[in-house]
Amino acid sequence: MKRSQFSHISLPILLLVPQLIIIGVFFYWPAWRALHSSFYLEDPFGFGSQFVGMANYTRLFTSAEYMKVARFTLFFTALVTFLALAISLLLAVKADKVIRGAKTYRTLLMWVYAVAPPVAGLVGVMLFDQNIGIITDFFAFLGYDYRLGVSYADTALAMIVVSVWIQIPVNFIFFLSGLQSIPRHVREAAMIDNPSGFRRFWEVTFPLLAPTAFFLVVINITYSLFDTFGVIDTLVKNNPASNPMTLVYKVFVDGFRGNDIGGSSAQSVVLMVLVLALTIFQFRLLERRIHYT
Amino acid sequence: MAKVSVSNLSKTYGKGTQAVKPCSFHIADGEFVVLVGPSGCGKSTLLRMIAGLEDITSGELRIGDRVVNDLDPAERDIAMVFQNYALYPHMTVAKNIAYGLKNRGTPAPVIEQKVREAADILNLTEYLDRKPGQLSGGQRQRVAMGRAIVRDPALFLFDEPLSNLDAKLRNQMRIEIRKLQRRLGVTSIYVTHDQVEAMTMADRIFVLNDGRIEQVGTPAEIYHKPASTFVASFMGAPPMNLLPGNYNGNGSVLLDDQTAIKIGQAANHKGAVQVGVRPEDVVLASPRDGVPFQIDVVEELGANRLLHGNLAGHPFTVSVGKEADAAPGISGLRFDPCAIHLFHPEEGHRL
Amino acid sequence: MAVADSIISVSQTHEPARAKRRGVKLSTIADHAILIAGALFMLVPVYLALTTASHDAVHIQREGLSFGFSDDLVKNFDAALFAKGGFTGAITGTTMLLNSFILGVGFAVGKIVLSMIAAYAIVYFRLRFATFAFWAIFTTILLPLEVRIVPSYEVIQGIGLTNTYTGLIVPLLASATGTFFFRQFFLSVPDELVEAARIDGAGPVKFFIDILVPLSRTMIAAIFIIMFVYGWNQYLWPTLITTEEGLFTLVRGIRQIIQAMAEGSQIPEYGRMMALAIIAMLPPVAIVILFQSWFVKGLVESEK
Repeated sequence: MKRSQFSHISLPILLLVPQLIIIGVFFYWPAWRALHSSFYLEDPFGFGSQFVGMANYTRLFTSAEYMKVARFTLFFTALVTFLALAISLLLAVKADKVIRGAKTYRTLLMWVYAVAPPVAGLVGVMLFDQNIGIITDFFAFLGYDYRLGVSYADTALAMIVVSVWIQIPVNFIFFLSGLQSIPRHVREAAMIDNPSGFRRFWEVTFPLLAPTAFFLVVINITYSLFDTFGVIDTLVKNNPASNPMTLVYKVFVDGFRGNDIGGSSAQSVVLMVLVLALTIFQFRLLERRIHYT
Repeated sequence: MAKVSVSNLSKTYGKGTQAVKPCSFHIADGEFVVLVGPSGCGKSTLLRMIAGLEDITSGELRIGDRVVNDLDPAERDIAMVFQNYALYPHMTVAKNIAYGLKNRGTPAPVIEQKVREAADILNLTEYLDRKPGQLSGGQRQRVAMGRAIVRDPALFLFDEPLSNLDAKLRNQMRIEIRKLQRRLGVTSIYVTHDQVEAMTMADRIFVLNDGRIEQVGTPAEIYHKPASTFVASFMGAPPMNLLPGNYNGNGSVLLDDQTAIKIGQAANHKGAVQVGVRPEDVVLASPRDGVPFQIDVVEELGANRLLHGNLAGHPFTVSVGKEADAAPGISGLRFDPCAIHLFHPEEGHRL
Repeated sequence: MAVADSIISVSQTHEPARAKRRGVKLSTIADHAILIAGALFMLVPVYLALTTASHDAVHIQREGLSFGFSDDLVKNFDAALFAKGGFTGAITGTTMLLNSFILGVGFAVGKIVLSMIAAYAIVYFRLRFATFAFWAIFTTILLPLEVRIVPSYEVIQGIGLTNTYTGLIVPLLASATGTFFFRQFFLSVPDELVEAARIDGAGPVKFFIDILVPLSRTMIAAIFIIMFVYGWNQYLWPTLITTEEGLFTLVRGIRQIIQAMAEGSQIPEYGRMMALAIIAMLPPVAIVILFQSWFVKGLVESEK
């Protein structure tokens, strides 16, 4: 905390009130309501709701469909996280190493951050389109009949590729920044001690990059779980049907199309718990990170 | 006008650490007082209490005739020069100096005139339109002082203002600050850990140690009659030599090797004592003519030499002029009885 | 003896140096190749979108996507921006562009103002309430909007703010990121600056306006960029809140396009679609590229 602070009272309260009111109304109140609704079953005709305890939750976990979505979400998250991190790490290492054109590469690899997921999804829809898609042509060339929106696996592939595409810039920026903050003399000492660049990377550079990497893993998991909504919605052309989807998308589908408020709320709560666990995990890591530095 | 009176002032932090033990003193109007001591002795805390940047735990603080305990810093009619200058980085030199006046509602033409005057005194006129980032350390320090003098306050406070400057600049600025203060006649309290600054600048020195004021006096008093072993060894470089000894109550002290040294004034404590002798208060003699002294290392300083060695089994340093013959080996020392200080063996106060 | 030694050592140093020079060249080429591949991966999809935007839809349908340009670029962009009707309604691309700006700027400004003053209150005031406020704000990290989407919608509907700019922007402000960012920054401002200001007679308001805000200029710019892009790219929330087409943002409009594609029996207007997609991408991308260093700074600092 600051050594020298003002002792006024009404002014700081006044300054905090707007933020707190907004958070109270648009965060805590809905979060509470989600929790609350998850224990109720709404009458299909909208005549009221009935307390059902944990019934919504048990329904979820015994639902084959929910478990299918959960499995896909797990698979999707793991794959997107891994691919996005691996590719961007490779690119960041190379961008850091290269002397000529470093700034150009950085710009070229970073700008996609500004592209909205649904826009990327739209471009993806076009690229993967059955009739005109270039990737579809490519698959045809390989002898495979690619069908976006029809084949579960094909759609999943599109989702994964587009999601990875969007996320590479963020990881790239963080990795590059992390690499550039490793003190030069450490790397020089490593160069003297170890002639193999490859081994040098894994034994010296990567451990120093580890805090950044851990942090990015959490960010990427959060991204895959939540921010890919736009990609999924676009690629399935607003028609979930039997397409792959993530848990967040299911919350939306059940809540707004299926009108299953209770079930959707229960799903929300499950996700809340998941995020809570993730955040706690991240902060534990942050503590260790502080020790690291 | 601006005298400062402190009565039983103390500062205790929440966890119970007493940063400043209860103290009382007066500072006369126009006096330049230096608070000196090692890091953590409480000098900065005391200064900040006077400034109003730290709460006073107990006691009364008066600036002029007002009790200012509960007044905001801006209301105490003080100005402060910080160690790190604390200049507003985004404002020009002129704006930095003018800021305090602006907040007090001083009319613009008056501000302009005062800023110009201050810049003139400090040789900053050509830098008025620059930003702090474009100035050197010494220039920034002067801007910080400009900000202080333009307010024409009752009290100047300096918090280690020269610590961030290189040695040469520091010597120069020392003289400038002193000249400035004499010219303006403003009561000043100056905090430093550098005893040279204290000795050369102060009208009176307050030596602090561990939250307590160990001695208050003029530089001469502090130097020639240190009130404790702490003051004796902190002030003066190289520090005063301290040896264990035994006072027989009768005009002489026995060192560990049984040599007797005559002392000038009587002390009313018999038995074990600490004997203090300043390095320059000893005369080199032949081993037969004086107390045997083993010289181990000779440090050549140009104007004088420092002889580090061993006296009666304890490390001892002698400072001799550049003409004196000195080389490692056995030599002898002769002491001036008036230059021997006696201190209490455990508590360290002057006997 | 010594001469012989030095000759030997000289020749020894020569050889590895030569070999290294050759080795370095190869690996550098590989490095560049990888980077170029990465850059292409990033660029090609958008390049194709651009080329598609220059073709006639029928041509696309027949031939598929092509790497070459055709002549309809201006025509398609013109239609995307100005043709009334969009794809299912009565709005133009320009209206959507405007709405996107309103959302982007409105959100960024709102976020900066709110979080700056909140962070100021938390850092610079001795207030026990401030700790409570900090934790209250902090917990909002725990739940992204997507998780509380249904009840959030109901709250807005209840207040009657659906299909309004307020309903679009304000609920998005309920998060902690900006406050943390500024708190972090304020904590790094030297203490002495506040003390000097206090002695100079500046109260908390004066200090904030005269000193803290000017000092935060680069931080404000950095976070403005990030928040603007975030607001501009919002999809889920506008999808729920705005059902009136007059309020659609560009990104929201994409949804309509997709729906039209799914339901439509005619050939989709690929050219116009891609033109719109590019228009939707352009402002945020331009800002991110033009203000790259600020953007990177804001991104890296805000996640700490």
